[in-house]
Amino acid sequence: MTATGSTRGTIGAGQLLALYEQMSVIRRTEQAAHDLFLAGLVKGTTHLAAGHEAVAVGASAALAPDDYVFATYRGHHHAMARGASPAECLAELMSKGTGLCHAKGGSMHLTKASAGMLGSYAIVGAHLPIAAGAAWSAKLRGTSQVAVAFFGDGATNIGAFHEALNLAAVWALPVLFICENNLYMEYTPIGSVTPVAHPAADRAPAYGLPAEIVDGNDVVVVAHAVARAAERARSGGGPTILEAQTYRHFGHSRTDPASYRPAAEVEHWLGRDPLDLAAARLGALGVPPESVAAAAQRAASIVEQAVATAKAAPPPDPGDAFTDVWADGGSSWRT
Amino acid sequence: MADLISYREAVAKGLAAELRRDPAVVCLGEDIGAAGGVFKTTAGLFDEFGASRIWDTPISEQAILGMAMGAAMTGMRPVAEIMFSDFFACCWDYLANEIPKMRYMTGGQVTVPLVVRTANGGGLGFGAQHSQAVENWALAIPGLKIAAPSTPADVIGLLAAAVRSDDPVVFFEHKGLFASKGPAPADGHLVELGQAAIARAGTDVTLVALAATVPLALAAAGQLAAGGVAAEVIDLRCLVPLDMRTVLESVGRTSRLVIVEENPYQGGWGGTVASIVADEGFELLDAPVRRVAAACVPLPFADALEDQVIPSVAAVLAAARSLVAY
Repeated sequence: MTATGSTRGTIGAGQLLALYEQMSVIRRTEQAAHDLFLAGLVKGTTHLAAGHEAVAVGASAALAPDDYVFATYRGHHHAMARGASPAECLAELMSKGTGLCHAKGGSMHLTKASAGMLGSYAIVGAHLPIAAGAAWSAKLRGTSQVAVAFFGDGATNIGAFHEALNLAAVWALPVLFICENNLYMEYTPIGSVTPVAHPAADRAPAYGLPAEIVDGNDVVVVAHAVARAAERARSGGGPTILEAQTYRHFGHSRTDPASYRPAAEVEHWLGRDPLDLAAARLGALGVPPESVAAAAQRAASIVEQAVATAKAAPPPDPGDAFTDVWADGGSSWRT
Repeated sequence: MADLISYREAVAKGLAAELRRDPAVVCLGEDIGAAGGVFKTTAGLFDEFGASRIWDTPISEQAILGMAMGAAMTGMRPVAEIMFSDFFACCWDYLANEIPKMRYMTGGQVTVPLVVRTANGGGLGFGAQHSQAVENWALAIPGLKIAAPSTPADVIGLLAAAVRSDDPVVFFEHKGLFASKGPAPADGHLVELGQAAIARAGTDVTLVALAATVPLALAAAGQLAAGGVAAEVIDLRCLVPLDMRTVLESVGRTSRLVIVEENPYQGGWGGTVASIVADEGFELLDAPVRRVAAACVPLPFADALEDQVIPSVAAVLAAARSLVAY
């Protein structure tokens, strides 16, 4: 379901419709994850990305298949944007053996290495240096790959963010740091714990890095910004910071109702739903409403089928608890 | 007699051999390039391999280990240096949460073949924040392999195995051993991870040691021999994989066990060794198991104080003699 195609020029109606459908699949998968959590079929915790779809789908549309993506514990959209199926994501959330990580990772660690999606990291900011390392590796191996670290606004106040930006800048690494600024560090307004207005972009000058603030709810804007940054990175121009302004449709995690957010603010952002913005662009490109509705319907069917598939999947083999600590597949630590 | 090489030179020699053998090997750390490392353990590497293989980093321990991890996940074999093992605390997330868990929590999708080298241990009067023996920190984390050589030959052999391992390896180089010398091994020397060495054979008491406590145990064994007690000294060489077969076989011969460890008694690796012997080798014992470990205080600065805290030959002798007389 990965939408492909060049985004260096204008995104055509056909590609945009595919991106719309991909965002719809993610939106419905997140809704399904929410419902399955309430039904007790998803254990532990979830951090849903409904509302953030355009960041993941727009970025993926601008990246090459062999580029690397690193996400946070709010990472379902990135796994799916890079090609993980809703069924294997939901199976992972539901502790099924067919899950992306064989039920050993869970919601916070969705990974699809075969698609270059090299993990979802649940320690805030930890993956920024790791993504920089993948970019360093690409440089060492002489490939044209780029690495992308997606992170929240809250990550901009942890040390790893600053260490990663500094070293990536010094070594001119082909890495993109993309902040999904949804205005809240968990339950706290990011502005109340950060001395600058734009938590990621305003830090860029300290590291001599270019930064761009973009509408993270407009998939076309995101795709073009990421394409520009990736091109700069591939041509040896080093890292770029993108701050994508977006908003969560759900709370921080689990069943958080996010009642700490002002009603007017919520209303404003729900009025800027990335799906609606993409649909409006499709209309402006002359795509008939029936085609958009058909894409939404296809997404609904895909996710409905994925839920059924995940529900019917077997649990993991208990023996899997003792596999894959080591590269030989085992967990033996002594003789 | 074979040529002698210092433990310090062995580190650079072992790294150079791996850098020559495999173009995927790359080193990064603070001052490891033209400066040759603060302990001169990377001396000469920058001259031979250049800036594309030997990378000087800022003082950014999180970035060093995070970068190494990302590179390891994508086809490289990085060897990262954390200057002093005490600084593991500055990048503990990578050693405790990221590097050892990645393969497991992705269901085996990725491997992290990297080495983290670090200068460990006391005896040089560097004070509390540059002298700790922290091998027990690493032992607390499932998913890390741990090597801690005691001789120059083992430095080269274990380093070769660590770099070639597809698993992450924490490689403890002991500061107190850098100036020590031993026979230089032949080219291509490799010591598999997880195989203890019998550094001295004996039948009366087993002394299990690691890194700098190996020469300590050997010195004690020499003095015990003068008194008619034949001590067997086992150099564990690695904590993970932990070669308990060799330890249990030795205890089977001697029926007495002293564990000599430089990390603090509280939470030290000897507790794990002792618990396995208690569990699986109880009938082999004719005396209690004794642990000679560092005292449970921060490392003090002055020699006269530091000597009170870290294991000594006298303490090993006292423990061994108490068991022989038991």
